[in-house]
Amino acid sequence: MTDALHILSLGKGGWGGALLLAAGVTFALSVLGFLLGALFGAIAAGGRLSTGAIPSWVAKAHGTVFRGVPDLLTIYLLYYGGSITLTEIGKFFGSAGFVGLPTFATGVLAIGIISGAYQAEVYRGAYLAVDPGQFEACKALGLSRLQSLRLVIIPQLMRHALPGLGNVWQLVLKDSALISVIGLVELMRQSQIGAGSMREPFVFYLAAAALYFLIAAVTGSVFRYGEARAWRGMVHA
Amino acid sequence: MIDLHFFVEIIPTLLSGLPLTLQLAGLSIAIGFALALLLALAQQGNHRMLVWPIRAFVAVFRGTPLLVQIFLIYYGLGQFRPTLQAVGLWWLFREPYWCAIIALSLNTGAYGSEILRGAIQGVPRGLVEAASAFGMTRIQTLRLVVLPLALRQAIPSYSNEIILMVKGTSLASIVTLMEVTGIAQGLISQTYRAVEVFVAAGAIYLTINFTIISALNALETWLTPYRVRA
Repeated sequence: MTDALHILSLGKGGWGGALLLAAGVTFALSVLGFLLGALFGAIAAGGRLSTGAIPSWVAKAHGTVFRGVPDLLTIYLLYYGGSITLTEIGKFFGSAGFVGLPTFATGVLAIGIISGAYQAEVYRGAYLAVDPGQFEACKALGLSRLQSLRLVIIPQLMRHALPGLGNVWQLVLKDSALISVIGLVELMRQSQIGAGSMREPFVFYLAAAALYFLIAAVTGSVFRYGEARAWRGMVHA
Repeated sequence: MIDLHFFVEIIPTLLSGLPLTLQLAGLSIAIGFALALLLALAQQGNHRMLVWPIRAFVAVFRGTPLLVQIFLIYYGLGQFRPTLQAVGLWWLFREPYWCAIIALSLNTGAYGSEILRGAIQGVPRGLVEAASAFGMTRIQTLRLVVLPLALRQAIPSYSNEIILMVKGTSLASIVTLMEVTGIAQGLISQTYRAVEVFVAAGAIYLTINFTIISALNALETWLTPYRVRA
């Protein structure tokens, strides 16, 4: 037990600092991926809600594919697909050898695309939950489409969206561990490195699990606070 | 650009991983469901000594990545080889196959128990009271009234969980099991054709998921004959 404490200590010869730093990378990766996913999700939800056949079909296909295919496969597609294209371009300019895509950016993009598929469903459901009278009231007030979205619809939509978004966020945080397979040194990869070099896999993976759990718990309470704030002044049904 | 010949070549290779994918998914979903039911029922009694450890188990398995769970069980417990050999469990924890099944089952058991717990609590109180007015024992009430209604209620949420598990089996490739995703990764690094391999492997997963969703939808419709579909 003292061994474990020594291995995970923040001081010299301890891995605590490296693990905390890696947890920071995991957090940054998850937050940026989630935000990119919010953008993709909003666009896809707009597509699903639009009356146009093509946007609606594209958005539906995006949702079906990226919610139905293993995330690992999507990550391989982006990383290898992107790197192969990059290598070809490199060859054209006279560079030999494999050019890898930057792993952090690839991770953010992968999480963005996957979580966007889940977030689209959340936004679509929340949009439909807003009272139709609100849209009519906006029109009566002479608000433009953008104004009514920004001032009236989105603030109300967020009330319904936040619980679902909280779930997607938890999914994103756990998914970020998969980015370790393309070599990004986030919490999972750092624990693998530590486990390998100290020959103490149990201690390292347990520490990783504890850090993931901690991040999930703390951020979960942020979502609950946001929910309470979004519903302030409203009577819960 | 689209090379049909290449697809014809890789699809059989990818399909050779399908039995393993289906085994991992099938076994862990079945074991996980049994575990989920057990955990959900154990929490009905409100015995603190029982409820508290279950809540902790569920929170831990829902709050940490599946990949960490697989690694903790496969590599982490491997560290305790002498102890595991002494208690005769080494054969289980030595095999990546069983480690993946254990991790997947515990994971889906934790998520599933929350779905079933909610569904059991959703059974109207009056029905349980009516059953006891009929003189049914607690076991009879559970078997004849509560569970049939709760399980039917749980089908939509549980089918989401099953899809997540099918996708989750792909992580077994990281502990050397060559199921569909593992084979796909091998093919990508051999052929450098990520898009084609993704499309083919993705189609396999989408087919599995579509089949499961259709089957469960049909089951739900069959179990709710009174509900007229619009």
